[in-house]
Amino acid sequence: MEKQILDILRTNSRISAKDLAVMLNTSEEEVNATIRQLEERGVILGYDTLIDWEKTDYDKVIAYIEVRVTPQRGQGFDKVAERIYQYPQVSACSLMSGSYDLFVVVEGKSMKEVALFVAEKLAPIDSVLSTATHFVLKKYKDNGIIFNRVSKDEREAVVL
Amino acid sequence: MNIKQLIKKNILETPPSGIRKYFDLISEMKDAISLGIGEPDFETPWIIREEGIYSLEKGRTFYTSNSGLTELRVEISNYMKNRFNLTYEPKKEILVTVGGSEAIDIAIRAFAGPGDEVIIPEPSFVAYKGCVMFAGATPVTIELRAEDNFKLQPEQLLNAITERTKAIILGYPNNPTGATMQYEDYKAIVEVLKDKDIIVISDELYAELTYKGKHVSIANFPEMKEKTIVINGFSKAFAMTGWRIGYACGHPDALEQMTKIHQYAIMCSPTTAQFAAIEALKNGAEEVQRMVEEYNRRRLVMVDGFRNAGLDCYEPTGAFYVFPDLRSTGLSSDEFCERLLREERVLMVPGNAFGACGEGFARATYATSLENIKEALARIKRFVEKVKNK
Repeated sequence: MEKQILDILRTNSRISAKDLAVMLNTSEEEVNATIRQLEERGVILGYDTLIDWEKTDYDKVIAYIEVRVTPQRGQGFDKVAERIYQYPQVSACSLMSGSYDLFVVVEGKSMKEVALFVAEKLAPIDSVLSTATHFVLKKYKDNGIIFNRVSKDEREAVVL
Repeated sequence: MNIKQLIKKNILETPPSGIRKYFDLISEMKDAISLGIGEPDFETPWIIREEGIYSLEKGRTFYTSNSGLTELRVEISNYMKNRFNLTYEPKKEILVTVGGSEAIDIAIRAFAGPGDEVIIPEPSFVAYKGCVMFAGATPVTIELRAEDNFKLQPEQLLNAITERTKAIILGYPNNPTGATMQYEDYKAIVEVLKDKDIIVISDELYAELTYKGKHVSIANFPEMKEKTIVINGFSKAFAMTGWRIGYACGHPDALEQMTKIHQYAIMCSPTTAQFAAIEALKNGAEEVQRMVEEYNRRRLVMVDGFRNAGLDCYEPTGAFYVFPDLRSTGLSSDEFCERLLREERVLMVPGNAFGACGEGFARATYATSLENIKEALARIKRFVEKVKNK
């Protein structure tokens, strides 16, 4: 049931425990207990909302940044990653395999703001060797959801 | 000239489907929710669509052999073996058709004609009766009961069999009731049929959409395999309704004659669809699983919703239909569905469209978004309360 709850919540975190209970043929109490457990174990860390900022009047710029670093003795990449993810401008940070080490997502109000953050905060960190900033121009799909898709029921009447 | 007078009698005598009227009504309405359409709301999985596109890009625009692409028949053979434990030889025991519908039609035409009787347990898919009548044969219906969970009972079958019985059409998982037949349910039916020269046309289009236990085919019984034509397809399982592709499996002597009808009437099933279908069988299992899980959740929401609205509703275990009992409202199927549509703008199909014994019931499909289902159920609840409090 855990997996099923996670599968459903992943695409619809607003669903009620009551609805979940019906769908999974179990009780509301059982669902609530399972979710609480998942939260306590740190499996469920939060419930976020997928937003298409393009459709709002707010300025939002997102950049994906490749960061190459020198790992530190005894602490590997964790120490430098910690220095980076503490910034509130950083919305995601992962250790990568391949030609660079850390993948950092930075959000800001303008390209200039993001570029300056990289130049003034990220690049000067001691163990950072280089950065490469890629601005997001258009989002097609995120979290399994296709953006700008017109969902219209085009099924015609058929006798069966 | 009176054209109508020249039309064959058995065509004129076949009534048009009772569903049509409601579709005309709903087409004029805004913000109506249709629980009436019997096809998946999912698009065909992209890997399958892509394979169809590739086949067009490569210029695969010719007819295939009458029976269908060899590679597809081999894949169907593997699928039937792995998924349902049914063994069919790709060359002589499998025919690729234009949807399951064509397979049903040609199976009936191959076996039944004037003077023959074909048994149809009802409520059932509307085409069975029509196809039997077009073939000039006589449909003999069995009235399945809600208290039997709409499963065929051996006594009912025995009572329907006469010397003229040529075939019986079984449709499980069932449209419109959502009923399924398990191994134990078939056992008693097999006892009745095993020594008789009666062909079973088993429409198993909804086989993948089985929510409790595994799908069982009557052909799984060794004594029935030879005289059963198993019909399956891609429409429901792989959300490929518009591609028009299905297949029939059975004894080579039966398939040879069905292929003859198919080759003269149809030539072959659509080539693009055949290439896409190969991909569906090779790599589509995961997508099917994903859709089945989603249907299953909606199924439970739907049953819960109807019961909550104050209607009796037995739990369907297959397909994507729920068949609630309307009798506690005091309304007939037609009254209920017409008023529900006019007063609350929700379309359900009256049960009597699927046979006289469907009177007092209605079919609702959960092949629509959860959002639609929840809104529709709220409206139905409001409607039932209004009717009952009067």
